[in-house]
Amino acid sequence: MDIFAKVAAVLADHTGRDASELTPETTFESLGIDSLETVEMVMELEEELDAELELDQKVTTIGELVSFIESKLG
Amino acid sequence: MAKLEGKVALVTGAARGIGFAIADKLAQEGASVVLFDLCAEEDGVAAAAKIAEERGVTASFKRCDVSNYEAVQTSVKAVIKEMGGVDILVNNAGICRDKVLLAMSEQDWDLVLNINLKSMFNTIKACYRNFMKKKAGKIINISSVSGLMGNAAQANYTAAKGGVIALTKTVARELATRGVNCNAVAPGAIETPMTASMDQEALKALLATVPMGHMGKAEDIANCVAFLASDDAKYITGEVIRVDGGIAM
Repeated sequence: MDIFAKVAAVLADHTGRDASELTPETTFESLGIDSLETVEMVMELEEELDAELELDQKVTTIGELVSFIESKLG
Repeated sequence: MAKLEGKVALVTGAARGIGFAIADKLAQEGASVVLFDLCAEEDGVAAAAKIAEERGVTASFKRCDVSNYEAVQTSVKAVIKEMGGVDILVNNAGICRDKVLLAMSEQDWDLVLNINLKSMFNTIKACYRNFMKKKAGKIINISSVSGLMGNAAQANYTAAKGGVIALTKTVARELATRGVNCNAVAPGAIETPMTASMDQEALKALLATVPMGHMGKAEDIANCVAFLASDDAKYITGEVIRVDGGIAM
């Protein structure tokens, strides 16, 4: 499963940007997304992935979030 | 229609005193209530049964040490699963171990800070995602006028209760755009089992400062909490409401 693609799609939907502009190094700050919005996005992904992710650490880039989700999915 | 019908309320320290009065009042307003307390199992079950019988709502009891982070996460998760979520969180659990600072042990300090303040971090964190998902919620933290004014022989208690106020304002700011209200209630001298066990000298000194000249009842606090838990208070957040007969005006 391509988690990066899923995260990028949700982010693109939230920010109105093209998913192709997003890279693992893109920071949430640069997208104007605060930490609570990141949590909300993860909740959205939880439903999509049908998994409990419970973001309990600060993530600053898309790549960090992808790694976190991958670690939770095993 | 009752103001809180269809809502689920979780109240800590709810088996007796102010906590019980709060749970009972929220139930009277139609909420299903979950009582957390560290009391004997049979006492907690009896308290919940009394509310269920008298108010005709669902009321249950969970024995939980709210100062224990893991225990709270597990217990709250179970409540959210069983009840389909939590709409109202009332952080009331509290103790006092009054001594002048010089005589206060490290254990006295840690115990009071853990039960009166850390517990609120534990429960709010456990409910945070639930509130964000609902895009709604009411968090009501019980502070104290002594957290506003300080009180001799209560360094631990006043520090915790002052911390509750700061925590309340921070959570209110964090969740203000998510439809969640977070407020504090600051009781003054209230007749409860806890104040009965308070250092009598400190209690007497406190009472002498009450402009209304008498102690309040647990129901006075419960009424304020029920207001904050209702939509009547939907534009109030980060506030501290004193229910103290005028002590800290």
